[in-house]
Amino acid sequence: MPTEWQPTCSIELLRLRAQVFADIRQFFLTRAVLEVETPLLGNSCGTDPELDFFTTDYCAPPLQRTLFMQTSPEFAMKRLLAAGSGCIYQIGKAFRNGESGRFHNPEFTLLEWYRVGFTLPQLMDEIAELMAVLFSGHRALKPTQRVSYQALFQRYTGLNPLAFSLQDYCAYAQANDVPEAVSLCGSDHGLWLDFIFSHKVQPYLGESALCMVYGYPACQSSLARLNKDNSHVTDRVEVFINGIELGNGYYELTDAKEQGRRFDEEIAVRQQNKRPVTVKDQHLVSALEAGLPECSGMAIGLDRLLMLLSSSATINEVLNFPLHRA
Amino acid sequence: MASYSTNEFKAGLKVMLDNDPCAIIENEFVKPGKGQAFNRVKIRNLKTGRVIERTFKSGDSLEGADVVDVAMQYLYNDGEFRHFMVPDTFEQYQCEEKVIGDTSKWLKDQDSCTVTLWNDAPLAVSPPNFVELAIVETDPGLRGDTSGGGGKPATLETGAVVRVPLFVQPGEIIKVDTRTGEYISRVKE
Repeated sequence: MPTEWQPTCSIELLRLRAQVFADIRQFFLTRAVLEVETPLLGNSCGTDPELDFFTTDYCAPPLQRTLFMQTSPEFAMKRLLAAGSGCIYQIGKAFRNGESGRFHNPEFTLLEWYRVGFTLPQLMDEIAELMAVLFSGHRALKPTQRVSYQALFQRYTGLNPLAFSLQDYCAYAQANDVPEAVSLCGSDHGLWLDFIFSHKVQPYLGESALCMVYGYPACQSSLARLNKDNSHVTDRVEVFINGIELGNGYYELTDAKEQGRRFDEEIAVRQQNKRPVTVKDQHLVSALEAGLPECSGMAIGLDRLLMLLSSSATINEVLNFPLHRA
Repeated sequence: MASYSTNEFKAGLKVMLDNDPCAIIENEFVKPGKGQAFNRVKIRNLKTGRVIERTFKSGDSLEGADVVDVAMQYLYNDGEFRHFMVPDTFEQYQCEEKVIGDTSKWLKDQDSCTVTLWNDAPLAVSPPNFVELAIVETDPGLRGDTSGGGGKPATLETGAVVRVPLFVQPGEIIKVDTRTGEYISRVKE
């Protein structure tokens, strides 16, 4: 009897997912945050140097053009914000090529929301409140931790993440059972931070608790703005529970020029690394020029959240049809 | 030999790492949301048996290792080498004692076993999961005591010592699980 047609998750998990979606909608309804929907197919895509996208073709002969499956709804949602939508949220699919593993499926579900007028600390308050609602009745969480990237990195490794010392980083790798980091990371500070943080820090974060890490090094700023008091760090937050990365948030960059510059930089890095070519989202730059309100935004991976709620070891246990059965 | 990308690493794949043949045990995709993707791989060095963890950039690759498991018959020990033969081709291989290691205590002349070859040279020898061997020494059996409680040590014809029930007699042939070293049953001749 073939079994490949069956879902990899239980029927109970389908119900849990529906419950979580309903809880999220109720949470934002009471806070007057508007639910929106944005396209999954776009004429451009994020330029993030470490994200690969899927493309597909629009065909209406003789017309044909390449479309991008969105790696995140961020750009479209920011265009809505610039157009005056006010606070918005979305539960939707995102697509990232080549990402498969215990915590990854190339097609996954994101909750993304933007709060007009919120600073990063205010956004972090709301993240904690949302998590408290979603976890209640499923799993007890210890008090929320808020800690800076620098403090954490120093605590677990003794290294300073803001000042790159190749010698110190290499000595750390040799002494801590990851000598391969020396040749793998070379003199790329950002790569060293990714390597050490993911191997030696992240696994210990948020044991049965929500751990919010803020103040990422400026070289890992992506779409966040630099901190106004300390330009070495960026107003970005990542949240973890039981060592699992659940989501990422920013005090959003609103400077169109700076955004355009980062796009160009990222596209150049992609070319250098021979990653598939993407085009700059001119609509987003135009929206920023027109004026993005001061806001903070957050994205949470709902599949991983469901893994935590149900104590599942793999993402396949919470998806009905992961890629190999889709 | 072909090379394999981290995306193709799966349990059992044989690759070359630091000039030694290795087998992949586990491959975990690790990716900070906005950062570089890595593969954290658990690998067994087939020469030393040691298990290590090594991280690769996703998409990096390793050369495949020419490692194959071949069913062979154990022929004899000449004092220096042990000799094995592939039954179909009569091709013979000789193995140093250090390659055989702990497996020697289960090897009986003419028995079949699995020889792992790396570039056509023996790398390891593993016994069948179950072997049938005669007991050469154990305390005399308590006839009728089939309770299975307790037990006693018994030395087998190959030198292995296993725990057997009290009723088992010297000279009897028993079936043993070589993975656990545990007695399974008596074997009627």
